[in-house]
Amino acid sequence: MIDLLERLRSGEILVGDGAMGTMLFERGLKSGECPEAMNLSRPDVLEEIARLYLDAGADIIQTNTFGGSPLKLASYSLEDAAPQINRNAVAAVLKAVSGRAYVSGSCGPCGKILKPYGDTDPEAVYESFEIQMQAFAESGCDVICIETMMDLNEMLLALKAAKERAPGIPVMTTMTFDATPKGFFTIMGVTIEKAAHALEEAGADVTGSNCGNGIENMIRIAREYRKHTALPLIIQSNAGLPLIENGELIYPESPEFMASMAKELVDAGVSIIGGCCGTGPAHIRAIKNAVSPSPECQT
Amino acid sequence: MELLDQISLNLQNGLDEKVAVLTKDAIEKQIPPKEILNSGLIAGMNIVGRKFKDHDIFLPDVLLAARAMNGAMELLKPLLIKEGIPIRGKVVIGSVKNDLHDIGKNLVAILLKGAGFEVIDLGNDVPAEKFISTAKEENAHVIGMSALLTTTMPVMKKVVDLAKDEGLYGRVRIIVGGAPVSKEYALEIGADAYSYDGANAVETVESFFPVNS
Repeated sequence: MIDLLERLRSGEILVGDGAMGTMLFERGLKSGECPEAMNLSRPDVLEEIARLYLDAGADIIQTNTFGGSPLKLASYSLEDAAPQINRNAVAAVLKAVSGRAYVSGSCGPCGKILKPYGDTDPEAVYESFEIQMQAFAESGCDVICIETMMDLNEMLLALKAAKERAPGIPVMTTMTFDATPKGFFTIMGVTIEKAAHALEEAGADVTGSNCGNGIENMIRIAREYRKHTALPLIIQSNAGLPLIENGELIYPESPEFMASMAKELVDAGVSIIGGCCGTGPAHIRAIKNAVSPSPECQT
Repeated sequence: MELLDQISLNLQNGLDEKVAVLTKDAIEKQIPPKEILNSGLIAGMNIVGRKFKDHDIFLPDVLLAARAMNGAMELLKPLLIKEGIPIRGKVVIGSVKNDLHDIGKNLVAILLKGAGFEVIDLGNDVPAEKFISTAKEENAHVIGMSALLTTTMPVMKKVVDLAKDEGLYGRVRIIVGGAPVSKEYALEIGADAYSYDGANAVETVESFFPVNS
């Protein structure tokens, strides 16, 4: 496959995938269970989900490893299985896509608050990310996506671990910002400007935002990033904040709505557009149709 | 009083050691513990809560202030108990089922502790019976529940129903929150209140207690 960064540099717009959690729940994950434990028990489910997103037109497909760092897995006493959990997840997606999409190793927060604000040693967090990144490198990931980060220090530790343990693999870094009347901040108070500068300096290859408060806010977030960095941008938005309708959890943004906004994301300078909570294959298909230059590009 | 203002100010700045020294100083100067608590610590924490709500400060500042508050409370608690002054209120808190994002519940626990409440955090995946039995054993004033999944929200109703069966309803106030939870849902199941974020949860719990109780 052509190098991912080369394609981005040539101005191509790529499409990411949608939510993982809902898909897992629909396929047997029980509430309260570790989602990543399915990487050990049901790799067939991971392959099926990857194929659904591939068929929908995703160019980059994430692994089920959001909580796959040993520190995070420790809350399920699965920390020792971390290497296997991460390797299995990559292997499943590699098998499903067989060269038709990039496999992106997903890395989420460790779930602890770092010193001096919390009680977790930054060294322990770094070592935990090192194990996950090493597994990504060994199992043949095309790209790594460190996502939903709210603490810039934790993000930088994960990025450093990726650069050390998975050298040569491009790293995408996405933080989650809340829209406030005073601008965009992560819950830890990180601004887009601060994140953009720090991540570019630390060697991120692609940067941007995921999850969040709906895709319209993501357009503003992307514009703000563009002011502060020349790096390729990635946006993986949720389908708005969930609402309850007749006792059902509903994400309000339809595939058509998100697709119409995707064009504005492209205008704002975004190179990779995908989904987060509440998005599924239908959203990804609609986004793909909106941003891809010709129907032949669809898989 | 100047010393209490200093306690408040240093607490707002998250200087836990300074707050501990000043609190000891205030105790030695025979300032009533309740006054140290209300006019020093809680006064400072209220400002922290307001600034957090207004997005002038963020979680790290709240965490440091809460740590300073907790440190000073360790010094004050024995005195408050000796004088028979109840802690501001006791809250049993937990997520009704394990979910992937428990930061909301943890944040509410931190903010409540910081605001001077005694918080019993039952963690994640808490069965309805556990909320009720703990509230009973601990003579709690408030039960706080978080759910992030629609599939687990019915546990909230179960807790309310159990509270009714066990004669706790009305005596123990029940507050609910979490992404899929709404004010309408809280009303529907008979919870006392719904909160949309951490700062609002503290305000709501405070509203359960008459001023200076």
